[in-house]
Amino acid sequence: MLFMIASLSAHGEEDQAAAILQRMDQNQNVERQIVVSSMIIHGLRGSREIRYKSWIIGQEQSFTESLAPRREKGNKMLKLKQNLWIFNPRTDRILKIAGHMLRQSMAGSDLSYEDMMEKGKLLDNYHAEMAGEDQIDGREMWVLDLKARNSGIAYQRRKIWVDKQLYLGIREELYAASGKLLKRLEILESFKTSRGWYPKRMQFKDILKKGGGTEWIIHSVDFDTTIPKSKFSKAALRR
Amino acid sequence: MVMIAFLFKGLLRDRSRSLFPILITGSGVAITVLMFAWVSGILNETIETTARFKAGHLKVRTRALNQQQYPNIMELVLTDAGKIQTQLETEFPQVTWKSRIQFGGLMDIPDENGETIAQAPVAGLGIDLMSRDRSEIENLNLSKALAKGNLPQQSGDILLSDDLFEKLGLRLGQSVTYIGSDMNGSMVFYNFRISGTVRFGIKAMDRGAMIASLEDMQDTLDMQDATTEIFGFFKDGFYHAEQASRIRNAFNDSQSATGLFAPVMIRLEDQDNMGDILSYMDVMFSAILIIFIFVISLVLWNAGLMNGIRRYGEIGVRLAIGESKTHLYWSLIIEALILGIVSYILGTAVGLIPAYYLQVHGVDFSAFTQSADLMMSNVMRARITPIIFWIGIIPGVIAPFIGASISGIGIFKRETAELFKELEA
Repeated sequence: MLFMIASLSAHGEEDQAAAILQRMDQNQNVERQIVVSSMIIHGLRGSREIRYKSWIIGQEQSFTESLAPRREKGNKMLKLKQNLWIFNPRTDRILKIAGHMLRQSMAGSDLSYEDMMEKGKLLDNYHAEMAGEDQIDGREMWVLDLKARNSGIAYQRRKIWVDKQLYLGIREELYAASGKLLKRLEILESFKTSRGWYPKRMQFKDILKKGGGTEWIIHSVDFDTTIPKSKFSKAALRR
Repeated sequence: MVMIAFLFKGLLRDRSRSLFPILITGSGVAITVLMFAWVSGILNETIETTARFKAGHLKVRTRALNQQQYPNIMELVLTDAGKIQTQLETEFPQVTWKSRIQFGGLMDIPDENGETIAQAPVAGLGIDLMSRDRSEIENLNLSKALAKGNLPQQSGDILLSDDLFEKLGLRLGQSVTYIGSDMNGSMVFYNFRISGTVRFGIKAMDRGAMIASLEDMQDTLDMQDATTEIFGFFKDGFYHAEQASRIRNAFNDSQSATGLFAPVMIRLEDQDNMGDILSYMDVMFSAILIIFIFVISLVLWNAGLMNGIRRYGEIGVRLAIGESKTHLYWSLIIEALILGIVSYILGTAVGLIPAYYLQVHGVDFSAFTQSADLMMSNVMRARITPIIFWIGIIPGVIAPFIGASISGIGIFKRETAELFKELEA
């Protein structure tokens, strides 16, 4: 009897964790968006900012262009399903980023190209369990423990602190299969959009990298503009 | 003097007393000279190859790079390199100071449509190729290492390892893209033109070397007025450990900054356990040489002893006709010295011939260093140093002298009354 109660309780918690993940996915995955953002990299020698404009359709198509500074301006990145190409105007070359190059730091930040390639919904990629409750800055959080459903996922384990009201992952810890903590990310500010709550300012920290981490600031998000299909082609990289 | 001339004539007329001892002793001296030149050459080649390609005689880098605790060396480069180099050139003019950028990355080969057809890892050096000063070209022996094409003449030109060039099926003048990380850790791309290929005869370099101009690499890697390290080479071309220590201490004491990116000077032996390796090699080579010279000396000393015993009858006759024992003893020693000096001169001259050949041509050991990562030349050479001209004195003159001195003592034990009996027997 006790076993049955414990088992039902465990199933109930799993269902609750899955339901939370589903709400998070709904909150974050929008059909279409044009985002203007800045990445501020706090390196060993100081900070530098790179400004981007991104056109995104769902989880599998995105086109990002660097707007500033001068050295980065005109660099473009195209993601189509599992493929990633980058274009550099100085060399006039389109290069496919694959294999170990995906693990390279993106523009010297705490994010890798592999991080940019993350695809699919959390619920599709991870099996979730409730790991307790916590408070961050006075706000109530659920703590979820996520385990990857297959070995192809970049981070085999994630621990997420989910805001109970906003359904945003306010804090995340990303682990390797060995259990080693690789990265930590935190949403420092969020804002309400027509589609729900959206991160405004995020902090990424690659634990293995020296420096003060990387901030990502969203300046604007447009959900309503139509994005032409031609945007997501290799030809668009040279335009 | 008359005695020496007399003994010399005697030696010339009796070939059994001159030719064979000179042949034996001279051979020993020649082998010693050759061995010494060869061992000195290997030791020097190892130090100089390491200095020219990897360590310099001295170098200035950031403290962070020196600590070797940070994974990405591109982020640990030395800024304000021009100012530091000017300070070094002013304060330590006995050393040539040269900025070098060491980098790694991928060489991406495009087809006619710009699509990647091949990629290979490269280990690169950005060096002063464009100025009138050709010291870096000489340090890396680039003119001699050039296998195909020309040295870079203009911005964007690079030299590529000949092995890699052949492996990727490239052609001279072809445009290739370098992919790497700049000093901020950002991925960078740069198109270069292959102006020539190089083969250094050093496996670690020949696997995937890329040589570009310092200015091009500063531009590519966003390193304006920055460098990985400033290399220092003594102007006479040889490493001087004590002088290097004085320069290092003077520079480091003059630095007030102590942060991660503050400059610090290190000597050749301060790097990557080089000091221990060099001390170990020095001790091992010295031990081998001492044992070798000792064995050769023992053989020649023994030859001197045998010679004394062989002349037992002759000495008896000379004593019987009235020659004093002291005179006889000295004549034996002077004979040994004359033979020794002649053997030493001839042996040194003979030993220098193959030593010089090995210094110029060397011996190719590439078949045995196929997978070696050491910064060692595939071709080992002998080295003729001033000590080579004197080292033959030990086996050539001193050993036979001691041999003759000891065997000669027997003269004083001979009784004149017993001589005829001995001679009759």
